[in-house]
Amino acid sequence: MDWLGPEEWQAVALSLKVSFWAMLASLPLGILAGFALARWTFPGKQLLNILVHLPLVLPPVVTGYLLLLTFGTTGPIGGALQKIGIVFAFNWTGAALAAAIMAFPLMVRAIWLSVEAVDPKLEQASATLGAPRAWVFATVTLPLILPGILAGAVLAFAKAMGEFGATITFVSNIPGQTQTLPSAIYAFLQVPGGEASALRLVAVSIVIATGALLLSEWLSRRIAARVRGA
Amino acid sequence: MTLSVSLTQAFPGLSLDVAFDAPPGLTVLFGRSGAGKTTVINAVAGLLRPDAGRIAVDDRTLCDTSRNIFLPPHRRRLGYIFQEARLFPHLTVRQNLAYGRWFAPRDAKTEDLSRVVDMLGIGDLLSRRPGALSGGERQRVAIGRALLAAPQLILADEPLASLDEPRKAEILPYFERLRDETTIPILYVSHSAAEVARLATTVVVLENGRVARQGPAPEVLSDPAVTPLGVREAGAVLTARVVRHHPDDLTELETGGLPLLLPRLAQAEGTTVRIRIAAQDVMLATERPRNISALNILPATIREIRLGGGPGALVQLDAGGNLLLARITRRSADTLALQPGQQVYALLKAMSVSKESIADPK
Repeated sequence: MDWLGPEEWQAVALSLKVSFWAMLASLPLGILAGFALARWTFPGKQLLNILVHLPLVLPPVVTGYLLLLTFGTTGPIGGALQKIGIVFAFNWTGAALAAAIMAFPLMVRAIWLSVEAVDPKLEQASATLGAPRAWVFATVTLPLILPGILAGAVLAFAKAMGEFGATITFVSNIPGQTQTLPSAIYAFLQVPGGEASALRLVAVSIVIATGALLLSEWLSRRIAARVRGA
Repeated sequence: MTLSVSLTQAFPGLSLDVAFDAPPGLTVLFGRSGAGKTTVINAVAGLLRPDAGRIAVDDRTLCDTSRNIFLPPHRRRLGYIFQEARLFPHLTVRQNLAYGRWFAPRDAKTEDLSRVVDMLGIGDLLSRRPGALSGGERQRVAIGRALLAAPQLILADEPLASLDEPRKAEILPYFERLRDETTIPILYVSHSAAEVARLATTVVVLENGRVARQGPAPEVLSDPAVTPLGVREAGAVLTARVVRHHPDDLTELETGGLPLLLPRLAQAEGTTVRIRIAAQDVMLATERPRNISALNILPATIREIRLGGGPGALVQLDAGGNLLLARITRRSADTLALQPGQQVYALLKAMSVSKESIADPK
């Protein structure tokens, strides 16, 4: 990748790292939330639904600013976490947190839909064959919602790659720390003569986004065929 | 082993209050849709918690609301065969078959996979997935999956209802073999008189959430009071021994000392078969008729006459110890002055007994 300058390469690598961890860390929560919204009835379900979807409709700057207020070093959660050595503010982990929250609705919706598509009668059949609840989930539900989980994960990854507003508001635009691909493009466009760098990063963005979409298509088609039982 | 069930459950529009025993063999829970059959079987499976009741297999209690016992389905040791096979689509046939064994207790006496596969004729399907199977194949795999879970109770909820006639004919023999080869109780929900006649050793008739009648199949099926599906479906079941195949494509049978001639059967001489004789195929005469084409003229005693609301009457007969049903008109019953205890002759055309009405015994 000689054609990328060190600063550009740094932005690409950071973005991949941020998006990967944003996706991976939010996946268990995403499965839980998707399952809870599809299957369980509990007080506050509507509130959870709204909370999950809020980042989708709020201006990203608002989400970023709220993150800064709560997870910043002077914020209630950020302050407490700082005492045990976890810092989000102006750190790549903060960029991952912002990306995860912005991508969460997409992930949850994909998983939610796939859980709704699972026939509870199959889970009943599994229970009558002697499977305890956790095993019903592991051997029937989970394999059947795998396409949804993968689609949600890839979507979340792609969304995280493109996250800009919340990230730049929460953790700023520090090269090597918090300067992700979109932030870098934005920065290059602010300086004279930066268009060439910006264009190269635009090309990388397009390649990664297209790759992610193709991968998710391929995965879900393969697994859907498996699950259909053909 | 015997399954005993007593339970009450209130639904909007239906209150269920049933008690019955299912001894070893196949017990058919029989009744119209909406009679509460599926509720009962799901309560036995633990998929539904009854308002009150007790369900036990011998002294193993599955549910006792008075003692606050409710075993979840996975601890009930079931083999449940559903109407729609409910195979796991992401697993191969072999994995589906082996699924229940994972969870069976280590010391459980499990059926041999290859024996079950042979019995059900599914050896060629093992590496396929359920999506690539026909309806009948799926249901056979579902039967195998239930058997291989080392169950202590087999449940079947209208397992043939979603299949067409040829597929039904394909599956029925497997239930017959199941009934004849295991000692655990089988509870089988059905609203088909033909299935009951072929399979049942015990019949429990449900009507509007109550047990209308229960007992051994030959008694219940020949009871003129039990016509939950209307008289058109009524018919008795009798067991007969194949005596001889005649050269003119008839088979001579013997039942309770009486000879019976039917169109040629596939069963070998000396074997016993179970025959369903529909009530509307039986005619009655007060004297032995002569010069008549009907080949079977059986002396019988009238046990009971039941008049319907319409033009018909159902007459229960005892022919050589077998219970038969005849569906005649009320006018004929009046004209012949039929009375319980009277000697009559039951006439049965050989050609009216179809192949579907004849099954292997028990």
